[in-house]
Amino acid sequence: MTQHKNAQPLSLRVPEPSGRPGDTPDFSHLKLDAPGAVDRPPVGSTPYDMRDHAFRLIRVLDDAGVAVGPWNPRLDAETLRKGLKAMILTRAFDDRMHRAHRQGKTSFYMKCTGEEAIAVAQGMILSREDMGFPTYRQQGLLIARGYPLVDMMNQIYSNAEDPIKGRQLPIMYSSRDYGFFTISGNLGTQVPQAVGWAMASAYKGDDKIAISWIGDGATAEGDFHNALTFASVYRAPVILNIVNNQWAISSFQGIAGGLETTFASKAIGYGLPALRVDGNDFLAVWAATQWAEERARSNQGATVIELFTYRGAPHSTSDDPSRYRPGDEHEKWPLGDPIARLKQHLIALGEWSDEQHSEAEAEAVAQVRAAGKESEAIGTLGQSRPSVKTMFEEVFATEDWRLIEQRREVGV
Amino acid sequence: MTEQTFTESDRTDGIEPDMVTADHAPPSEAPTSGTQPMNMIQALNSALHVKMAEDPNVLSFGEDAGFFGGVFRVTDQLQQKHGLTRSFDAPISECGIVAAAIGMGAYGLRPVVEIQFADYIYPAYDQIVSEAAKLRYRSAGMFTAPITVRSPYGGGIFGGQTHSQSPESLFTHIAGLKVVIPSNPYDAKGLLTAAIEDDDPVIFFEPKRLYNGPFDGWHKNPVSPWKTQDLAQVPTGKYTLPIGKARIMREGSDVTILCYGTMVWVSLAGAEHAGVDAEVIDLRTLVPLDIETIEASVKKTGRCVIVHEAPKTSGFGGELSALVQERCFYHLEAPIARVTGWDTPYPHAFEWEYFPGPERVAEALKSVMTGGR
Repeated sequence: MTQHKNAQPLSLRVPEPSGRPGDTPDFSHLKLDAPGAVDRPPVGSTPYDMRDHAFRLIRVLDDAGVAVGPWNPRLDAETLRKGLKAMILTRAFDDRMHRAHRQGKTSFYMKCTGEEAIAVAQGMILSREDMGFPTYRQQGLLIARGYPLVDMMNQIYSNAEDPIKGRQLPIMYSSRDYGFFTISGNLGTQVPQAVGWAMASAYKGDDKIAISWIGDGATAEGDFHNALTFASVYRAPVILNIVNNQWAISSFQGIAGGLETTFASKAIGYGLPALRVDGNDFLAVWAATQWAEERARSNQGATVIELFTYRGAPHSTSDDPSRYRPGDEHEKWPLGDPIARLKQHLIALGEWSDEQHSEAEAEAVAQVRAAGKESEAIGTLGQSRPSVKTMFEEVFATEDWRLIEQRREVGV
Repeated sequence: MTEQTFTESDRTDGIEPDMVTADHAPPSEAPTSGTQPMNMIQALNSALHVKMAEDPNVLSFGEDAGFFGGVFRVTDQLQQKHGLTRSFDAPISECGIVAAAIGMGAYGLRPVVEIQFADYIYPAYDQIVSEAAKLRYRSAGMFTAPITVRSPYGGGIFGGQTHSQSPESLFTHIAGLKVVIPSNPYDAKGLLTAAIEDDDPVIFFEPKRLYNGPFDGWHKNPVSPWKTQDLAQVPTGKYTLPIGKARIMREGSDVTILCYGTMVWVSLAGAEHAGVDAEVIDLRTLVPLDIETIEASVKKTGRCVIVHEAPKTSGFGGELSALVQERCFYHLEAPIARVTGWDTPYPHAFEWEYFPGPERVAEALKSVMTGGR
């Protein structure tokens, strides 16, 4: 064996976040473009011509709540109010369901606090005919589209009216009619499926597109990279979102490679255009999605969008973030709160007021409470559930002899 | 192991026409045209051509599966005949191939994808097992994946570890998957057509040792062509064979041999070599399994030998053995015997020691005929 004399010993690097419990939150490493500072390239731009967009940050709302710059989507007040109300409702829903877990009414819940603008804006832009391939933090998509809260709760409670018959974790919804693909617990699997769905639409000469979401952590999964290859090679009409909410349970985004480059920039190697967007800015999310939508619908292929945000709540009801990050990090997030920012914008436009906002919040709470009562009357976890017979259904299109025999063994 | 030498007169060219019983599941649709001799590759290719001509929702893709028609040529001329977007090359990404097919299936298409060798299916395992298999169940029927994953599998072609494996039991264990393995051209076309039309995800393993000829089990013998076989008379038009129905390849009264794929031919040769009147059952589909045919046969013969290429431990033979024991215990006159690959990785230089051959089958038959070892 060769002896390397005088050689410097190698050392292994393990990335660490900028703060741990007890530390003062530190976001000084973030390079945040000023609102309005990033140009809006033509939708037909080549990925090469717009590679800077993978490293910049598209923002529309300034500190005073005024929409500035080329990405201002110039939405009418009614659309803005609708979006704001859907975000408020999403947060109220999350809060009630989180409490329901604490009360033992469900086994599990996941909030999307701080990320409401993403699913709500994108759910509003795309049609229900398009297909969303979500993760577990896009409940805002269903809520923005008016999916019955009672149905969501029935699943959360695994009660007799659970639309998917007690087979899934509470928050893993599924609704073809609302353009919401069935959620998987195995991370990243939905992204190449979204590409396949989009390829099918293109193959058939239809006009529907697909949209998928993946967390920053799960971009390390092979599925993500397979999806980018397929999307690029076959020019699939799909929008591939990466929700960079800084935390994958207790692992910060640097563990998935976020310190070395931006997540958006991973698109560059695949020849895909990338946009990096302030995910807490409803208008910026809207504008970027619209850009990607236009690109997909005009047969120019896929776009990767990194939505830069912060997961305010625990990963799930099974998680305690005070064990791995500064306790007040969320409050110090330099890009603020998506609801507060859109509220400020609407007020600045003269289209909203503190009173209206309080009323909307109260209405949302009342709506959630009413749905909650209705759902709880059907039953919370353990109080009622679908017939055990359904356990054996839909494994296949038709039961085979094994399932029939095993069902009989259970006595149903 | 002592190598035996066999002369040309000792060999069996596989089944004779009269060994094929009337248990042929009848074609569900009468072929619209005549038959012609095909090897298994041609029969599979014909199934794809016929289905793609009939249904615009059927498309086919995989590594080298487009322009070139697949390394084994199963997808030959599909692109030329049906167009570039209906049969195309895919990136070397088995996971991506299956995932894209799942998305297409959820959209309403019926994609047929090729995994170039079953040994390469593992990168796609999560998409098959956690996704394709579960979509219908987890969405209460809202989303389904009516996809067919085709893949050449098994040994006997000197493919080494990564071109010889038989991973079927990894899939039979998974709720929501169907697993189909044909053993001859006629079945291959009828079953593949049925798989494409099936509303559930089907794993379709093609025994590559049988692609070009009906391997008689004796590796030193020259390979006879499929066209000498009755089962190579394949209708040129469309027909399907039901998924879940076994074929009795040879009726017999002494012992039941349960087998599939290449092992059907090895088992027939083994029975011949042992001089035992074995009933040879080609399972054809492992999930759903034709338990009725198995049960009736074992109750009739009172003995059971199971033959597969995959390693013994946790192989599908274990499941078959348990089922036979549960259902036929009081009819059994000897312990159930298994003839399988060994519990080692597939060894290149020792292929014929690894591959279950007629001698090992004959040994097991003699053993169960004398009450077990």
